[in-house]
Amino acid sequence: MAKHTFKLNGEPVTVDVEDDVRLLWVLRDVLKVTGPKYGCGINVCKACTSHINGKAFNPCSVQVKDIVESDEITTIEGLPDTVGQDLHPMQEAWLERDVVQCGYCQPGQIMAAVALVKKVKADGRSISDADLDSIRNICRCGTYNRIREAIKEGADRM
Amino acid sequence: MTDVLPSQDDDVTPDGSPEATGASRRTFIGYVMAGTTLAVGVDFSFGASRAEAAVPSVPQIPELFDLEDLQTKSALPTSTLITIEIGEDGIARFAMPRAEVGQGITTAAAMIIADELDLPLERVEVSLAPARPELLFNQLTGGSNTMNSMYYPIRVAAATARGALLEAAAILLGAEVSGLVAKAGVITGAGGKSATYGELSKKAASKTTKKVKVTIKKSSDLTIIGTPQNRIDALAAVTGRKRFTADLDVPDALPTMVCRPPTLNGKPGAVKNQAAVEKMPGVTDVAVIDTGVAVRAATFGQCIDAVRALDVAWKGGPVDGESDDSVLRKLKGAELPMAVPKVPLLAKTIDMRFEFMFRSSAALEPNCAIADVRGKKATVWAGLKSPIVAQKDIADAIGLAQNNVTVNVVTSGGSFGHKLFNDGALEAAKISKAMGKPVKLMWHRCDEPRQGRVHPMCTSRVRATVLANQVLTFEQRHTGVQTDFSHGLGERLTSMVGELPTGLGNLGLAESIFTLTQELPYNFGVVTQLLNEVNLKFNTGSMRNIYSPDVACANELLIDRLAQEMRKDPLEFRMSFLKSKKAKKALAKVAEVGNWGRTMEPGTAQGIAIHSEYKGATAVLVEIDTRPETVNRPIRDGVTGPRVTKAVIAIDVGLVVNPRGLEAQMMGGVADGIALVLTSSNHLKDGGFLEGSWDNYFYTRQWNVPPSFECIVMPSNGKVVGGAGEAGVPATVAATACAYARATGTVPTRFPINHDTLSFEPKPFVPPIPPSPTDGLSYTY
Repeated sequence: MAKHTFKLNGEPVTVDVEDDVRLLWVLRDVLKVTGPKYGCGINVCKACTSHINGKAFNPCSVQVKDIVESDEITTIEGLPDTVGQDLHPMQEAWLERDVVQCGYCQPGQIMAAVALVKKVKADGRSISDADLDSIRNICRCGTYNRIREAIKEGADRM
Repeated sequence: MTDVLPSQDDDVTPDGSPEATGASRRTFIGYVMAGTTLAVGVDFSFGASRAEAAVPSVPQIPELFDLEDLQTKSALPTSTLITIEIGEDGIARFAMPRAEVGQGITTAAAMIIADELDLPLERVEVSLAPARPELLFNQLTGGSNTMNSMYYPIRVAAATARGALLEAAAILLGAEVSGLVAKAGVITGAGGKSATYGELSKKAASKTTKKVKVTIKKSSDLTIIGTPQNRIDALAAVTGRKRFTADLDVPDALPTMVCRPPTLNGKPGAVKNQAAVEKMPGVTDVAVIDTGVAVRAATFGQCIDAVRALDVAWKGGPVDGESDDSVLRKLKGAELPMAVPKVPLLAKTIDMRFEFMFRSSAALEPNCAIADVRGKKATVWAGLKSPIVAQKDIADAIGLAQNNVTVNVVTSGGSFGHKLFNDGALEAAKISKAMGKPVKLMWHRCDEPRQGRVHPMCTSRVRATVLANQVLTFEQRHTGVQTDFSHGLGERLTSMVGELPTGLGNLGLAESIFTLTQELPYNFGVVTQLLNEVNLKFNTGSMRNIYSPDVACANELLIDRLAQEMRKDPLEFRMSFLKSKKAKKALAKVAEVGNWGRTMEPGTAQGIAIHSEYKGATAVLVEIDTRPETVNRPIRDGVTGPRVTKAVIAIDVGLVVNPRGLEAQMMGGVADGIALVLTSSNHLKDGGFLEGSWDNYFYTRQWNVPPSFECIVMPSNGKVVGGAGEAGVPATVAATACAYARATGTVPTRFPINHDTLSFEPKPFVPPIPPSPTDGLSYTY
């Protein structure tokens, strides 16, 4: 066991856990932060998508020892705080379009969407069908079309 | 007793206007339950009688009496205990004896309660009832039957609560009930004096349970039912607050996984390194159970490491050595012969045969369950669509009386038929008993396609005889690996067997279900559709429709062929042979919205199809692009293939509760249908399925999604709520297959079309699950 300190959703946290435990389990099993979901454990389904220093990543595939003290981890629970609101504009778009079906993949979808829109905007573009096609997050309920609409809507509000 | 429901048969009373229905037809019996705050109950026992004589011509069995009727009828005797409570906080609470798995039934139930009770939607809370064995066959979520069986009972219960609140308000406000107005949870009298439902809850309560006569609202007075509403759990879902089984914090229920055999349903022998694995970081327990070797640890990550480290002597499974080809051979050998009646000499016979591969019904949330089996009691939490069967199976497996097993139903991360089974809950209970500790069991993703439930491989032979412009006969022989119905639908059927229409009683369970669900919607002369199943030891189940997607695919491909034979346009052909107005209207709608018949580029085409089931009709028009530049788009670890570029779906379910929810179900149905035709299947080799994760099992992804999607909810009609959860799939499968055949000029005979190309490197079978990657930071964006 070893102590690991990083910033989680704006607050510093310290956990005592083996170096090689993947961050997803540190979040879910140790810190009880359950927004990021398990869907594959091998960085394929993207259900655990969260942000590290503002960029999308998948904590199922990162050892806790690779996270340093200055790293800021944001999960769906901390997303609204990044804009100082009760809800992030992307979450509002999600509600407006009633995107959710079972909801299991949705935290990951929203975190992926926010990062994608930021990236596209940084490139000086607006979101295209090709950008939407590049999203790898699986929705087994198949609410993909509403996800696409909500991302366009959320991008306008961001 | 005046508890008579309006006829359930909208064929008998087509477009029956609510106004035409007198108050006596809307009057039912409700119960005000004994208690200190208001609780009301309702009996299901009304309404299933049908005027069969009114159905014209010689109908097929589903037209008279389909699976939904069977379920609704079998629900009758046992449902007295469905209750709504009004709290002192003014909130109406309903513990629904069904499972929410994403299909939106809790939202629909809340809408019905809010409407009938004059309460804002946000003041209704719908939870999932735990297993209630007294409900017998009436706690099964399946066959798209929830709204059909619960719509009126929920309305009557809500109306009973409203009546009790009005009576209490009359006393409190010194007024006649007739002079009171209930609105938004407040009852107001003539002089403006008012009381809230919360204030009235205690006053409306009864010391004894009493029977009351209640009248539900006229349809024209309903203001929420039929209007588009957002899901009641959407906010929780988008903020990460929605709790699934794995998110529950049950004390000491530590993460647990199972090391599974390399072949399907193999058994564990000796564990060669148990002591060493028990010493691994985080690991607390290792126990052998019948399905493998269970590991309990501080984190799931440490479970994964321990599962990978276990060295187990595995025994073979019941299908060792089997492969796709060997199973297909067995199916071919079991295909029932066609039995065409005598047709004129000049009639032409057209035969087609299709093969449908195994498919995994796994949801994104893998099998997951929490179990605490200690002493003489057991408590289980899981997403379960058939919790009473789970309770009994668990009790039997761990040697407890059924009433000492509490089964809590947790909202699921998808089902698609998967959660009809209790594989995870049963396994968790066995592990908890073996370890003597609470466990939180989760299947590794890799366990799902390899050891989890699959939709059976099957073949469908179809034959039609045609003469001039008539179809004289239509025959179908559907042959599949046996479908497991042990989740309780079987019990429902057996309980109803005496009431089944003539001819069904002698059929086996699967054949009965096939006959009850399959309805050919065309006037094709003599029609026979038969099922034969081969009992091979696979872990099967129904994936979002039992037989319909495959059956509809085969039928509609033959219908396109018949149209070609008669030199008719596929749409025109269907319109001229369809039986029901509902089906014709839906088909005409998608043709109009989707611009059927427009000129298409070579390599692209439209396809159109119709499906009738669950008292409704679904029509789908798709456009597909099979040109090389589309098929060969490069995507890492994914399958691109032909792309459905446009999908238009029209759904007629009869009475519509929530059109927004219905549209969501159709969207999902289209995504499923596309996957079934183009990309998703399991490959069986040497007794094991090769697929190990979502990079092998190619469910529809964003790059496969039709950029243009449109759903038309046909105007609400009749008094019956048809099924929605599964209705979108069959017509999508059929339309996509037809479009592909028209675009390429070749009718595919094996589905999905990419099955013969293995698009991935199979993951090893020993250890049974892949290592957790460490390079996640190199994929940030």
